[in-house]
Amino acid sequence: MPVGLFITCVNDLMYPRTGRAVVSILERLGVEVDFPLAQTCCGQMHTNSGYAGHRLTAHFGDVFGSYEAVVAPSGSCVAHLRSHYAHVYELSEFLVDVLGVDDVGGVFPHRVTYHPTCHGLRMLGLGDKPLRLLRNVKGIELVPLRGATECCGFGGTFALKNSEVSTAMLADKCAAVLATEAEYVAAADNSCLTHIGGGLSRIGGPRAIHYAEILAGA
Amino acid sequence: MGFAKEARVKLRDTQLRANLHKATHTIRDKRARVVAEVPDWEELREAGRAIKAETMARLPELLEKFEAAATRAGAQVHWARDAAEACSIVAGLIDSDEVVKVKSMATQEIGLNEALEAQGIRAIETDLAELIVQLAGDKPSHILVPAIHYNRGQIRDLFNDSIASGLSDEPAELAGAARTHLRQQFLSTRVGISGANFAIAETGTLVVVESEGNGRMCLTLPDTLISIVGIEKLLPRFSDLGVFLRLLPRSSTGERMNPYTSMWTGVTPGDGPQTVHVVLVDNGRTNVLRDPVGRQALHCIRCSACLNVCPVYERVGGHAYEHTYPGPIGAILAPQLTGKHTSLPFASTLCGACYEVCPVKINIPEVLVHLRQPAILERPAMNTLAGVMARPRLYAASLRFARRMASLIKLRRMPWPLSKWTVSRDLPRPERETFRDWWTRTR
Repeated sequence: MPVGLFITCVNDLMYPRTGRAVVSILERLGVEVDFPLAQTCCGQMHTNSGYAGHRLTAHFGDVFGSYEAVVAPSGSCVAHLRSHYAHVYELSEFLVDVLGVDDVGGVFPHRVTYHPTCHGLRMLGLGDKPLRLLRNVKGIELVPLRGATECCGFGGTFALKNSEVSTAMLADKCAAVLATEAEYVAAADNSCLTHIGGGLSRIGGPRAIHYAEILAGA
Repeated sequence: MGFAKEARVKLRDTQLRANLHKATHTIRDKRARVVAEVPDWEELREAGRAIKAETMARLPELLEKFEAAATRAGAQVHWARDAAEACSIVAGLIDSDEVVKVKSMATQEIGLNEALEAQGIRAIETDLAELIVQLAGDKPSHILVPAIHYNRGQIRDLFNDSIASGLSDEPAELAGAARTHLRQQFLSTRVGISGANFAIAETGTLVVVESEGNGRMCLTLPDTLISIVGIEKLLPRFSDLGVFLRLLPRSSTGERMNPYTSMWTGVTPGDGPQTVHVVLVDNGRTNVLRDPVGRQALHCIRCSACLNVCPVYERVGGHAYEHTYPGPIGAILAPQLTGKHTSLPFASTLCGACYEVCPVKINIPEVLVHLRQPAILERPAMNTLAGVMARPRLYAASLRFARRMASLIKLRRMPWPLSKWTVSRDLPRPERETFRDWWTRTR
C-alpha cells in the first residue's frame, strides 16, 4: 500500500521543491508514494489563532484516513495532527522509526547548521532524528547552532500580531546562525524557515533550506 | 492590542533587555542542572499535577476542612470574595500604623500595600528584591525575582539615594545595607503580613517558602500575623508537601533544598504571634475553576520556571504584561482571573518551553490556544480562508491564483498588514508551479 504524502499548504504553494525532495527520498528507498489531490490544510493555523480549525482537521481525516501511513515534511503540522491521527509521521520519524533507515544516500558538500523547530522538538519529540539523517549525508559539514532550542520567534500569526517581539527573537536567532559561518541553515519546518530565511536575506546571511532537500541531494 | 503596544515600548530599553537576558539565562541554566540530578523528576511532576488536580476537584470540601482545622488550632479564618473585600478585612485587623511583609504574590494581586496606605498604614516589604522595587516606587516584574529588571549598578544608586551612602555594587555590601535597614523594623513592628505557598487542609497548617530569612522574622517576631491566601493554594494532606518541597526549590531558584521553610498551625501559646488570621481569597478563582481546560492554571505553585525559559518574557520583561502575574503563566492566569487582558494569550509563539519546565505540568500552550479570542476585524478573512480550504477544488484553484498573484510580491516592502512581516523579513517568491501542479504534470 502506498504511503500518503501530505505536502502541507505552505509547501504546496511556496516550497514545492521540498515536496519533490520528499518524493525523491521515499522513492529512492523503494517506497510507493501517493499524493491525494483532495488534500488541503491541516487546520493548525486556524486552531492556534482561536478559530474552529476542526473542520479542516476533519477534512484531513476524510482524505488520509484510509492510508496506513502518512508522511509530511513539517514538524509543526504533524504535531497538530498527531493528537487526532496517530498514523501521520514527520519525514524523519517515518525514515528512522518506521523504515529503520538513517542513511538515505544523499550528497551535499556544504557547511550546514540545524535549527530544531519548537513543535517538532517539544510537541512531537523528534529528538535528534533529523540530525542523525543529516550526519549521514555525504560531504556535509554540520556545525552546531548556539541556543539551538530557543524559538526563532515565528509562531504563526504571532509574527504579525507581535511583530516587534518576533523581530527581536529573530535577530538573536540570525546572529547565532551567522556565527556558525554556515552556508545553509536547515530545519524541519518551512514556515519557521520563511521567517529565519527572510531575516537572514536582509543581512546577507546563509540560505534557509528544508532538511529534506539536503537529504535528497544527489 | 495591549501587550504588543507595551512590548514595543519595553523592547527599546536595551539595558532592560541585557539585564533580563543575563538573569533569565543564569536561573534557567541553574534550574536545568539541578533538575537533571533528580532521576524521578518526571514522576515527581506527575505526582504534583495529580495532587493539584485532586485539590481542584475537591476544593469546596478541602476549604471547609482547612477552616475547621485552622480554627481548632486558634487561627481566625476570614473569607474574601474579591480584592476589595480582602483589603478591607486586612485593614480592619490592623491596630498599628506599620506592618512588615513577607514577599507575597496574593497581596500584590489584591493591591494590599496601596489599600493600607490609603488607611494610613505603612507596609514595609522585607524581601530584598521587593524592598528594591518598593524603594524605587516601581512594580515587581517577575514572580520570584521582582527586581530582575535592575542590575547591580542601578541597585547601588537606588540604595545610596535612599537607605545608605557610599555603597559599592558588591552584592554582599548591598545586602548588608538592606539588612541593617530592615533589622530595626523586624524588632519593632507588631504586625506581620504574609501570603502562603501551601495551606494544608488536613491540619490547617500554612507554609511559607523563602530564601532570605526575612520571612522567618516576619512570621515569628510580631504579635499579630495576617496571612492572605488564594483558595487554590490548598493541599489535601500534610504528606503532599513532600512532593512540592522537592519540586519547588529546584524549579524556582535552582536550589536543591529550600533555605527557610516556615510552617505554622494556628497559635502556639507563648511562642510566635499570639493572634493569627488567615484571609482566604477568591478574586476570580472560582470562575477559573469552572473552565475544565483553563482551570489547570490554578495548579501553579509560582515557581517562575516558565518565565525564565520564555523567549517572549526574556525580550520584554514582566511590566509589558500589565498584571501581577507576568510571563506564560500570567498570560493564562490574568485573562481568566479578570476577564480582561485579552491580548495576553497571543503573547506567545507556542514554542512549548514553559510546558516542558512546569513542575506541575500545566499545559500552558494548550490553555493559551483555548483562551485566544480572535479579533473581530480579522474574522471574515480567516473564516473565508477556512471555507476555501475545506473545499479541495476551490482550494486548488486558489493556490493557482495565489501563485499568479505572487508575481506582484514586493520582497522587501508590502502594505499593511503584510508590512508587519516585511518590517524585518523578506518575503520568499514562490516557484513557477505549485507542488500539486508538478505532481499532476509528471505522474
